[in-house]
Amino acid sequence: MKNSIAGTLESGDIMVTIGPGEGLQVDLQSSVAAQFGRQIKAVIIQTLEGLGVKDAHVQAVDKGALDCTIRARVTAAAVRATGKDVWKD
Amino acid sequence: MMFVPGNNPGMMADAHIYGPDSIMLDLEDSVTMAEKDAARLLVHNALKSIDYGTTEMVVRINPLNTPYGKKDVEAVVKAGVDVIRMPKTETADEVRELEAEILKVETEIGRVGETKIMAAIESALGVVNAYAIATASKRMMGIALGAEDYSANLKTNRTPGGAELLLAREQIVVAARAAGIACFDTVYSNLDDMETFRKEVELIKTLGFDGKSIINPRQIEVVNSVFTPTEKEITKARAVVAAIKEAQAKGSGVISLNGKMVDRPVVLRAERTIALAVAAGVIDKEEVQ
Repeated sequence: MKNSIAGTLESGDIMVTIGPGEGLQVDLQSSVAAQFGRQIKAVIIQTLEGLGVKDAHVQAVDKGALDCTIRARVTAAAVRATGKDVWKD
Repeated sequence: MMFVPGNNPGMMADAHIYGPDSIMLDLEDSVTMAEKDAARLLVHNALKSIDYGTTEMVVRINPLNTPYGKKDVEAVVKAGVDVIRMPKTETADEVRELEAEILKVETEIGRVGETKIMAAIESALGVVNAYAIATASKRMMGIALGAEDYSANLKTNRTPGGAELLLAREQIVVAARAAGIACFDTVYSNLDDMETFRKEVELIKTLGFDGKSIINPRQIEVVNSVFTPTEKEITKARAVVAAIKEAQAKGSGVISLNGKMVDRPVVLRAERTIALAVAAGVIDKEEVQ
């Protein structure tokens, strides 16, 4: 796995950085962390587990992203990091 | 039809709030090559999760002859998109190629026949082949002009009056009507010139287009105001429909209304006026049944 980034710091988005790690470790920065931090981390972990990623260090900077955006950005970062696409060639 | 960049989640989440008839999430020209993969995932997840209500959801994919096109088809068909917009369509064979790709994915997920196609015509060859494109697939719901690429292909520039687009616009309307599908005009990009935009919308309505592509919610009100029939037009259309019903009850297909002959073409125009008024929400559907 190589270090990879997906997403932006624009409103409604989330910037996700994924790199090598042991187990799934998520560091989250979000202005709504107190209310939604646990939910955001859960979506990140569920998405990675769904992709079969068991070991990764994730840094996420949330700007009010919907769950569907979090899933999309985590998937994009993971695909870039692992080189395994979710679509057929 | 409002264009929304496929790599902007904030805009994708809010677009339907402004009430466009349809939203076109773009994976093509508004997305850089480095972000094609991320935009495809965003659009896929947005279509699956965001409740767009009754707004028709369209996705403009990348051409199938690029490394992105087939993956775009897979992603958006699996997310249940209503319509795939083909960019830069030039031949009927290209439509059939897309149709085969759609069918492949639909068969895999057991949802055969649900995905419609809209072809964007953006070159001289596309304009010449407009009718063949319009009739290339049963999935074809409409054809649309893409004027920026078309103007470049013609080796000219876009002008406020749109003289350079006249033939293409007329050809697209005629091809769509001959094929029995819808037709949509191109975008107008200068948001600071709403007066020219209004004139362009009035022109394309006169030419026979069903709608206009837009790039900003501010343009919705102008398009709706031009396409929504006036009270006077609705009153006249109702009178025409009532008159012809009366004539038909008496066994005649033609009648005089206020000294003017009312026959089938007049009735068809009146029915379209009423249909537009219903679509715009200015009269109830039940009222006209």
